[in-house]
Amino acid sequence: MRRPMCMALLGALAILMAVGCGGGGEEVILATTTSTYDSGLLDALVPDFEGQTDYEVKIIAVGTGQALAMGERGDADVLLVHAPSSELELVESGAAINRQLVMHNDFIIVGPEDDPAGIEGMTSAADAFATIHESEAVFISRGDDSGTHKKEKAIWESAGLDPEGQSWYKQSGQGMGATLQIANQKDSYTLSDRGTYLALNENIELVVLVEGDPVFFNMYHVMQVNPQEFDKVNGPGGAAFVDFIVSDSAQDIIRGFGVDEFGQPLFIPDAGKDESELAPS
Amino acid sequence: MDLIWDGIREAFRIIASGDYSVWEITIRSILVSGTATALALLFGIAVGATLAFNEFPGRNLAFSLVNTGMGLPPVVVGLIVAIALWRSGPLGDLRLIYTPAAMVIAQTIIAAPIVTGFTAAALRSLHPRLRAQIYGLGASRLQMLWLVLWEAKLPLLAAVMAGFGGAISEIGASIMVGGNLAGDTRVLTTAVVLEVSKGEFAPAIALSLILLALIFLVNLILTTVQQQEQRS
Repeated sequence: MRRPMCMALLGALAILMAVGCGGGGEEVILATTTSTYDSGLLDALVPDFEGQTDYEVKIIAVGTGQALAMGERGDADVLLVHAPSSELELVESGAAINRQLVMHNDFIIVGPEDDPAGIEGMTSAADAFATIHESEAVFISRGDDSGTHKKEKAIWESAGLDPEGQSWYKQSGQGMGATLQIANQKDSYTLSDRGTYLALNENIELVVLVEGDPVFFNMYHVMQVNPQEFDKVNGPGGAAFVDFIVSDSAQDIIRGFGVDEFGQPLFIPDAGKDESELAPS
Repeated sequence: MDLIWDGIREAFRIIASGDYSVWEITIRSILVSGTATALALLFGIAVGATLAFNEFPGRNLAFSLVNTGMGLPPVVVGLIVAIALWRSGPLGDLRLIYTPAAMVIAQTIIAAPIVTGFTAAALRSLHPRLRAQIYGLGASRLQMLWLVLWEAKLPLLAAVMAGFGGAISEIGASIMVGGNLAGDTRVLTTAVVLEVSKGEFAPAIALSLILLALIFLVNLILTTVQQQEQRS
């Protein structure tokens, strides 16, 4: 019986090689948030980058928490994420370099049109969360350590509340698109970035109830995973992607993205701007 | 109800027009899961025959391991393969993570115990004197294996059906090790999840219909072959 076993293994190896050796240029693994992917922005940007260079981009759309973890282990080449304080920790640890501001949009609280908690028009995110907490209206949290989830937790904290474990507070553990779908089906509230909400707008009935609080400001940064730290990381590829996304041509694409479809841009390009001037205090 | 009817109508339009790359995704699904099933069959025949024909200590344990493997949770397989194939993992140098090959590996691991279990059961159910007879006619071991497999070809077809069905409808492992990359590792199941999360139900229904039709077709072909064999 030994011979067939050997032959089976050899055959398996041959087929794997044949399947594995596809594709053209060198790969660049981009770990990013679901918001940049679900909104369709990366589909508008990446083909241009692949056209200008010889790299082949693999977009892994996960929450910011997982994207940063991939950077920390050297499992990605470049990161596009939106959780500034966690990003700085990664840069300080030496795992990420070349961090640059790319764009911003804002968070909004969306919910059912009849607004059972009565938060419509509030200008403070913390007040709105406190009102939801009091009325025990269902709130769907991302629950996945993403940038949006980190922001949500920060807002609860600033309101002095801990919703964890309450029966009306549910965690989806999924991306922004899937979470909006769940909130839509369950007529509940959730915190979303505006880009993903607008991209899904025609398929869901949730409306924007609270917007404009300075805490909602949502910055996206790009950074390279440090090739000096991890020998398998594609340093030149990561650098090329960073250069590309802050270039004038990419920033123009970001500026125009979604204008035709939604009447407003989903993201505001910010490359080269001074962060401290941009961020409202 | 509107969602269902409009969705189904739109789904047929998508299938006819080939929008959302449904056909490209379908072909990739067939290639990836077909390759995985073929590999699982090679493994299944080798291990299944060893288990069925040889007496050795621990044989019962091996059988129960295979049977346990038939219910292996795909998401666990995905996690283990992903950890092994990530750049930071022990096989990171192979650069296989987020490639179709990684999906083939994961799906092979999922399908192999299913095929092995079916194969071992099929070979065990053969008449015990059959092998003695074949040897008596002066056959080599390899010739014997070939003849025995030929005798058991109908249950082996069932093994292929079950293995392919398990591989192509699996999602947890495929999305973890493949990454659901458009034009690269997006298969029917991962595309359905993506379209649903985008709120695009019509393409999700279209892809699901194709997946169902595919599984039905494979089973239809294999059943037809079986019935013709039985008649002759």
